[in-house]
Amino acid sequence: MNNASSSGINGVAEGTGPPPPAAAVAAAIKKNSKRPKYSKFTQQELPACKPILTPQWVISVFLLIGVVFIPIGIPSLLASRDVVEIIDRYDYECIPEDMRNDKVGYIQNGNSEKSCTRTLKVPKDMKQPIYIYYELSNFYQNHRRYVKSRNDVQLRGSGGDDGSDTSGCDPESSNDGKPIVPCGLIAWSLFNDTYKFSINTQELAVNKKGISWKSDRDHKFGSNVFPKNFQSGKLIGGAKLNDSIPLSDQEDLIVWMRTAALPTFRKLYGKIEQDLTANQVITVILENNYNTYSFSGKKKLVLSTTSWLGGKNDFLGIAYLTVGGICFFLAILFVIIYLVKPRKLGDPSYLSWNRNQTGQL
Amino acid sequence: MSRGIPEPKLTAVDAMIDKLTGAIFLFQIVVVVVLGIAGNVWKDTEARKLWYVMYPIEKPWYELLIIPLRFELLCSIMIPISIKVSLDLVKGLYAKFIDWDELMYDLETKTPSHATNTAISEDLGQVEYILTDKTGTLTENKMVFKRCCISGTYYGNESGDALKDISLLDAISGNTPDVIRFLMIMAICNTVVPVKCSTGNICYKAQSQDEEALVNAANLLHMSLTNKNGSVLDVNFNGRMIQYEILDILEFTSDRKRMSVVVKDLQNGVILLLTKGADEVILPYASHGQQVRIFFDAVEQYAQLGLRTLCFGCRELEDDEYRNWASLFKEANSTLIDREWKLAEVCQKLERDLKIIGVTAIEDRLQEGVTETIETLRKAGINFWMLTGDKQSTAIQIALSCNFISPEPKGQLLMITGKTVDEVLQSIERILLTIRITTSEPKEVAFVVDGWALEIALRYHKSEFTSLAILSRTAICCRTTPSQKAQLVALLKSCDYRTLAIGDGGNDVRMIQHADIGVGISGREGLQAARAADYSIGKFRFLKRLILVHGRYSYNRTAFLSQYSFYKSLLICFIQILFSLISGMSGSSLFNSFSLMAYNVFYTSIPVLTSVLDKDLSENTVMQNPQILFYCQAGRILNPSTFAGWFFRSLFHAVVVFMITVHAYSDEKCELEELSMVVLSGCIWLQAFVVVIETNSFTLVQHLAIWGNLVGFYIINYILSAIPSVGMYTIMFRLCRQPSYWITLFLIVALGMGPVLAIKYFRYTYRPSKINTLQQEERFHGGRILTIEECESQENPLEKDLSPVTIVHNKNRNPVYEPLLSDSPTATRRSLGTSINFDSFQPIQPRFFSSHLRNLKSN
Repeated sequence: MNNASSSGINGVAEGTGPPPPAAAVAAAIKKNSKRPKYSKFTQQELPACKPILTPQWVISVFLLIGVVFIPIGIPSLLASRDVVEIIDRYDYECIPEDMRNDKVGYIQNGNSEKSCTRTLKVPKDMKQPIYIYYELSNFYQNHRRYVKSRNDVQLRGSGGDDGSDTSGCDPESSNDGKPIVPCGLIAWSLFNDTYKFSINTQELAVNKKGISWKSDRDHKFGSNVFPKNFQSGKLIGGAKLNDSIPLSDQEDLIVWMRTAALPTFRKLYGKIEQDLTANQVITVILENNYNTYSFSGKKKLVLSTTSWLGGKNDFLGIAYLTVGGICFFLAILFVIIYLVKPRKLGDPSYLSWNRNQTGQL
Repeated sequence: MSRGIPEPKLTAVDAMIDKLTGAIFLFQIVVVVVLGIAGNVWKDTEARKLWYVMYPIEKPWYELLIIPLRFELLCSIMIPISIKVSLDLVKGLYAKFIDWDELMYDLETKTPSHATNTAISEDLGQVEYILTDKTGTLTENKMVFKRCCISGTYYGNESGDALKDISLLDAISGNTPDVIRFLMIMAICNTVVPVKCSTGNICYKAQSQDEEALVNAANLLHMSLTNKNGSVLDVNFNGRMIQYEILDILEFTSDRKRMSVVVKDLQNGVILLLTKGADEVILPYASHGQQVRIFFDAVEQYAQLGLRTLCFGCRELEDDEYRNWASLFKEANSTLIDREWKLAEVCQKLERDLKIIGVTAIEDRLQEGVTETIETLRKAGINFWMLTGDKQSTAIQIALSCNFISPEPKGQLLMITGKTVDEVLQSIERILLTIRITTSEPKEVAFVVDGWALEIALRYHKSEFTSLAILSRTAICCRTTPSQKAQLVALLKSCDYRTLAIGDGGNDVRMIQHADIGVGISGREGLQAARAADYSIGKFRFLKRLILVHGRYSYNRTAFLSQYSFYKSLLICFIQILFSLISGMSGSSLFNSFSLMAYNVFYTSIPVLTSVLDKDLSENTVMQNPQILFYCQAGRILNPSTFAGWFFRSLFHAVVVFMITVHAYSDEKCELEELSMVVLSGCIWLQAFVVVIETNSFTLVQHLAIWGNLVGFYIINYILSAIPSVGMYTIMFRLCRQPSYWITLFLIVALGMGPVLAIKYFRYTYRPSKINTLQQEERFHGGRILTIEECESQENPLEKDLSPVTIVHNKNRNPVYEPLLSDSPTATRRSLGTSINFDSFQPIQPRFFSSHLRNLKSN
């Protein structure tokens, strides 16, 4: 992998040409200033090592990758397998059966009954903290129009008290000439489904504090910035905000405004700070408010524990095992080829001009 | 010697880079158009449903252009702007390396080599034709009077030095009139100025080396030019002072090829015309009745020995003849239109009915190392053409003695002869036929052409002559004028060959300026050529090092640097394109603007700049195996197919980086800033390893640049992550704490570099290029010690005895005059001194190299 580190083994020290006697050079320089001064750099004679790709070296590199990658891959995979995850897709089920042929109409109707009850079964014991995520798919938070539509100065509150700086927030910058705080499409489309959890009618406490990055609360969202004119226009995007709570405490908003890079993403909703045991049944009473039906986006509720590597994601473990395995295989293949068809490196007879010359003479 | 206006020179490498840039630009436009259309379609079908994006329903028509324009902005990084800056930097350094090179410092004249044009070093590695001047370039231009023939008597033939010839000294002391006249012409028929030296002796200042040699020789033969007082010359002959008044000087021009003076002997008032010049312009004007055959023979014999000959003639003028002529001369001198031509005409009137006095032979020794240099460069597949103003037989002799052409039976010399248009055409066609027949034989074919035939060939039979020029690897053009030299350069350039012209005098300036590379030898004929040239060197033998070491390294380094620059730009651009596929074709950028800027300026530019120190093969190996230059000449290291390799490598790496990151950082971890930084880190790591795998020799500088750059990347991003107001606040701190970040990066590096390493290893071991084989050889055998010594002895001027041209042939000298080229017009295949010892000539460079090159060119 690393040519340089092998230099000690394979490198050939190259200090070409004996340096001229120092005294003679110095005298010559004194005699004539036009004579180029001798230094290893100017003569392109810096000591260098020239590693070359010998079979031994390449085979050991591949073996090394194999040896390193498989031991990393196994714990990665195990860590991912240890994570217990409950995923429940509810966007379809939570629409009353008679409304299912007009899902958009249902969700946009402010008067229809939105609450919905789901039951989740805990497959394995889950250690606290259990993270509650909502997962949206086919939702392009990375869309150029969307991702730019915010104003960090306004959010931070450093641009003046009234939050009049709404540049870049179009088309959600002002309402009736008054600036919207927080402005922009991202804030406007804030996710507004809510979940209540209970086990055997015993309500599960959901901690919604500390779900956002501390650095965001401290430095990106001002504690003296309060929502103004938010969701007061004709078109209502997503959730409304409590005007009396400063932005730095509106953690759902802060989480939402950390835009996702992928069209399928999970965002933290809260934490359950108690252990769950296998086969427990959780009842979720949710309010299905958010419109993903227009663009056929899925909505999922995810409860998950965590590991040293993050959530449940087999990718790294499998990739490491695969790459490690392939490298082992290649190393063995190279050894076999090397044994079956040995080839002398650096044989001058491979030079065609040498061949030609001998043929001629 | 009109200089003409030098055109700006563009190297083949730069032309190739421009071509590739053009290709990438087209690719960029295709990408932009395709993505733009796809973006608009997606917008109209899908994005309208995304209520949170709030596309306005009413839209002006130009809304259609917005998405393509956004993609254009996104893809504009595809063409690396930094390449120009990096290339300028490294080219400057290549030139500096030439200036600094100790091994190209001429101890004798204390001149270092110098690269005036810093932009064309790569072309040195791609030279296919070298057009060289003879005098002062191949030879030392240190003229020494060696022999003479006065009125049919040869002097100096026995000892090889006329100055030590007793019979000549006897003749002088015996006051033989012809010998005295001969010495007088030597002493005063010139434009030499005698000056008092610091040592008290008389020194001579001459424009022409020949004149200086003659005056010096006359001085040693007791006829010394002591003083020049206005137009009066004092000549001291054996202690007797003779005064001459110079009445007119009929100057030397390259067309007239002779010069004359009209002097008045102040002792007896006799007016004399003294003429010296090339044999073909003096001997035809001999007075009727004089037998000139003996002088022809003398000239031929001297030329055969590689000596420069001059014929001396004189005539006594009647007073009125001179007076009539003098008025004509004055008139011609004062005309404004066609002055030169008119003067020549007037001079012609006087220079007739000459009494031929004798022939001088001046030796011009070959520069040291010329033979070896030519041999090495020919092995490297470079074709040599010699363009000289000298006469044919002298040129052929010099060519033979410096391995320029091989004698029979290995070599074959073909002559283009003829005085008329048809004759020349016939001659060319005959030669073409001969060459075509002999291509199967391992023979070295060269053609010889003189100025007159060349003029006809260039004017009337250009296409035939061009095909001849392509077929023949060696040519000798004699009696060429400066403009003909330039025309020949242009001819070869028009066949798409890289030409290098090397010369030392003012008459080479035009050739030097016209060639792709002009090399001037800062020699005795002044600095005119060296000033006009792109490179000036002190000695011809430095050309070997200039081409094989500096040219080759420069080409290799630039090839890597430029392709790498495209690679890294394409890498980041492909990632942007991949990201746009999952961001609703909206043209959003994955990276923030700072990262994009810093990627090109800081993160990826420094490691690759250290490629200026990269050496794939050691200098000695290259010198021993000059054939390896073929890779540069044929453009094997930078061409569309190698570029395609880099293109697909960047595509592959982009896919690796992007897919791994997207999968490893999915779901709850896919925050935009974090993900973009993971992708960026992946690119930086990969590019560091790409530089590592493509570097052949690691010096400390390279290690510092590559690994220091990686550390620098983290330092810069740590600093940025500490500033609350920027978008990247805390991102790097978070990432570096996550095990998954490091695990992802290792995966990217392993998956990105593994296949590259495996493929490279396979090629290296099972289908090695010649370069690889030599690298392996270098590694396992440590270079062959014997040949290293050869190299060094060649580079050390003090240890090697200087071998004059004549030494090689003295032992073969035949007292019987044998014409090298018979004058019968039917003979086209001639033998070249069969008596010459063949063992001293080296095996011939296989022809397949050149034919290979040509195939490549035609493809």
